[in-house]
Amino acid sequence: MATQALFRIWRGDASGGKFQDYKTEVDEGMVVLDAVHRIQAEQAPDLAVRWNCKAGKCGSCSAEVNGMPKLMCMTRLNQLNLNMPVIIEPMHAFPSIRDLVTDVSWNYRVKKTIKPFKPRSPDAPDGTWRMQQKDVDRVQEFRKCIECFLCQDVCHVLREHHKHDEFIGPRFFVYAAALEMHPLDTEDRVADLKDKYSIGYCNITTCCRQVCPENITITENAIIPLKERVVDKFFDPLKHLFNIL
Amino acid sequence: MAEYRTHPYDVLVIGAGGAGLRAAIEAAASGVKVGVVCKSLLGKAHTVMAEGGVAAAMANVDDRDNWRVHFADTMRGGQYLNNWRMAELHAREAPDRVRELEAWGALFDRTRDGKILQRNFGGHRYPRLAHVGDRTGLEMIRTLQDHGIHSGMDVHMECTVLSLVMDAGRVAGAFGYDREKGHFILWPAKAVVLATGGVGRAFKISSNSWEYTGDGHALAYRAGAELLDMEFVQFHPTGMVWPISVRGILVTEGVRGEGGVLRNSEGKRFMFDDIPDLYKAQTADTEEEGWRYTQGDKDARRPPELLTRDHVARCINREVKAGRGSPHGGVFLDIAWTKERIKDGAEHIKRKLPSMYHQFKQLADIDITKEPMEVGPTTHYMMGGVRVDGDTQMSTIPGLFAAGEVAAGLHGANRLGGNSLSDLLVFGRRAGQYAAEFAKANGAAAVDDAQVQSAAKKAIEPFERGPAGENPYKIQYDLQDSMQELVGIVRLENEMEQALGAIAKLQTRADKVGIDGNRMYNNGWHTAMDLENMLTVSEAITRAALLRKESRGAQFRDDYPDKSAEWAKFNIIARRAESGEMVINKRPVTELPAELKQIIEEMK
Repeated sequence: MATQALFRIWRGDASGGKFQDYKTEVDEGMVVLDAVHRIQAEQAPDLAVRWNCKAGKCGSCSAEVNGMPKLMCMTRLNQLNLNMPVIIEPMHAFPSIRDLVTDVSWNYRVKKTIKPFKPRSPDAPDGTWRMQQKDVDRVQEFRKCIECFLCQDVCHVLREHHKHDEFIGPRFFVYAAALEMHPLDTEDRVADLKDKYSIGYCNITTCCRQVCPENITITENAIIPLKERVVDKFFDPLKHLFNIL
Repeated sequence: MAEYRTHPYDVLVIGAGGAGLRAAIEAAASGVKVGVVCKSLLGKAHTVMAEGGVAAAMANVDDRDNWRVHFADTMRGGQYLNNWRMAELHAREAPDRVRELEAWGALFDRTRDGKILQRNFGGHRYPRLAHVGDRTGLEMIRTLQDHGIHSGMDVHMECTVLSLVMDAGRVAGAFGYDREKGHFILWPAKAVVLATGGVGRAFKISSNSWEYTGDGHALAYRAGAELLDMEFVQFHPTGMVWPISVRGILVTEGVRGEGGVLRNSEGKRFMFDDIPDLYKAQTADTEEEGWRYTQGDKDARRPPELLTRDHVARCINREVKAGRGSPHGGVFLDIAWTKERIKDGAEHIKRKLPSMYHQFKQLADIDITKEPMEVGPTTHYMMGGVRVDGDTQMSTIPGLFAAGEVAAGLHGANRLGGNSLSDLLVFGRRAGQYAAEFAKANGAAAVDDAQVQSAAKKAIEPFERGPAGENPYKIQYDLQDSMQELVGIVRLENEMEQALGAIAKLQTRADKVGIDGNRMYNNGWHTAMDLENMLTVSEAITRAALLRKESRGAQFRDDYPDKSAEWAKFNIIARRAESGEMVINKRPVTELPAELKQIIEEMK
């Protein structure tokens, strides 16, 4: 069953780098991360790769495989054409640290700027709340996010236009949507979404939704409703008139 | 002289899973300066993989539930080797800890009247597990993370701690390096909380992430703390065994609950061959009766596939060892057969077991509605760990605290599902609270630069040996093979003696480990630094398992297959002697107070 396959892996750091070829045995059922581990153990012990749970649940091993943003632990080799080299690169939207590892710390800084959860007063005397499952469902979809940042990687506003200082990217629109639509939350983030986070830059090409390993309907369920809230609040002509009066 | 940066804190938390984050939040809330150090990025810790739920006697679904029942369930599950005080505090405080998560933004599944929904789970008398589908751990860690980042704590992501710095018997901080650049860092601290999780990577087949290399266990041990109950390693009976890439990933008990059956390579339902006397009366006599049980017939008794986890795991292991296993070293778990009994069977399976259907489809190219799965036991959880005080979570070293999987006591000889997430919350909070109090009551300890320099020197030695030295990955694989083969689910004196020999040889090889390249994000170096911890915990597991000459809870000795009344009276302690040797001792189990004893009697 074992066959040889060629892996073309980007090696380098912030100062630059190049692709290097590694030929290794592949067995039935292997995923890309297995091949990377095998290369690491047998040929390139210092090959840098970030991973953790290896079960598609932690979102650490994000990379670009044959040009597609993927979790390496969930990408099976038998879905790739092994007659061609398998090209593995780090995510492009973030600065390189080394080899397949990128500096994703920007994401952690962005999250801290978003106004945190602020619940209404408890509903019951014992300090608890009452919520219906149907009201919770839509936010639970957003809370499936494993923070792999593949949506950020593929978003052209970040990837091509490098608007990291003005734009928070799909991950944090999903995060903001989870807070805004949380049945208990009382905070208002709509002005921030318009001014600070430039939600208007998103032109809903759905690239982010297409790469989400958790199948979160990012564009339709999170970003568009937030855009609507912005429009409602700031660009509704009737409301505008009402405010003038 | 190695150079290092210094980041001083009042309380330093090592580990950022559920316990570490909860500890850090609590300590920060009391006004002290808190630093968190974690090996991964924030929010990626192993807590993220927990599925079933968090156990708390909130009585939202069944009003007969209360802390006393939860306490008794936990003690029964732990075969009464538990630290009773921890079991009591855990049962009493878990409900408040879960409600607190809701106040911080967690969204649990709901009951019809809008409260937090609770589900049934093995060993819990009433529906008790608050949950979010099958991703409760993710909800929990994200809630703690998102709340924590606004509480004033500093987080040092992707850093490895190499050693604890000591000042005359008291902890004075920690020393390590950032994985990204390989720079050394000293974190002087008045109190340190270990929240580093478990040891599952010491075994070949494990449901645990790479971080689980026993770091906290080994750091505490080397600093002179006592380790407790190290022989108790929980193996879950059904993990995936194939493909290699997913070996160890859990296959939920729900598959068997829906009528899935275990067969060997001869097609035989081997679980019928070995039903413990204690369970004979509650177990189905025929396949037909077992099937009726899974379909909700209250007059039928459960099929033997649903016997306790430890027993099922051992039976699977026996089939494989006897040469009746599946092609990839497991046995067959067949749910597809139920199509014979249920109309529209394939759709029924997909509806009842959606995540299992997708897991096998995506990772193994197997359609579980058509083919059997291959499953085998997988290393799942470490009951043993740092011995702590039940109230404060302080170890036997002043200023050193431990919470969560790295601490021992709550679960005794075996853990109930759902009790780990509640453990993280209850004792994470307590460790944070008492670490902060300790920091306030005690001034800064002195950091001895010689200790730091010696740790730094040791850490960079592998580079001096270079690629000609031993390959760290190879040593790790060899250790995993030995532990899996010799100290796994069924244990025997001579095999464990063999394991000790293997561990000693691997230690010699680990001392000669060599690394290529530089210190920037060098996975080979990271692996080399994990080796000593893995070897230490492996030795402790093996020595404790050798000493306990009985089978109880998660430990099964083929040479001592029965529970012994004598051994019911003892826990086992491992600690480092002055000479550097590991010393293993018996320690009498602490007597329960009369009122708790009475609760256990009432609930029998």
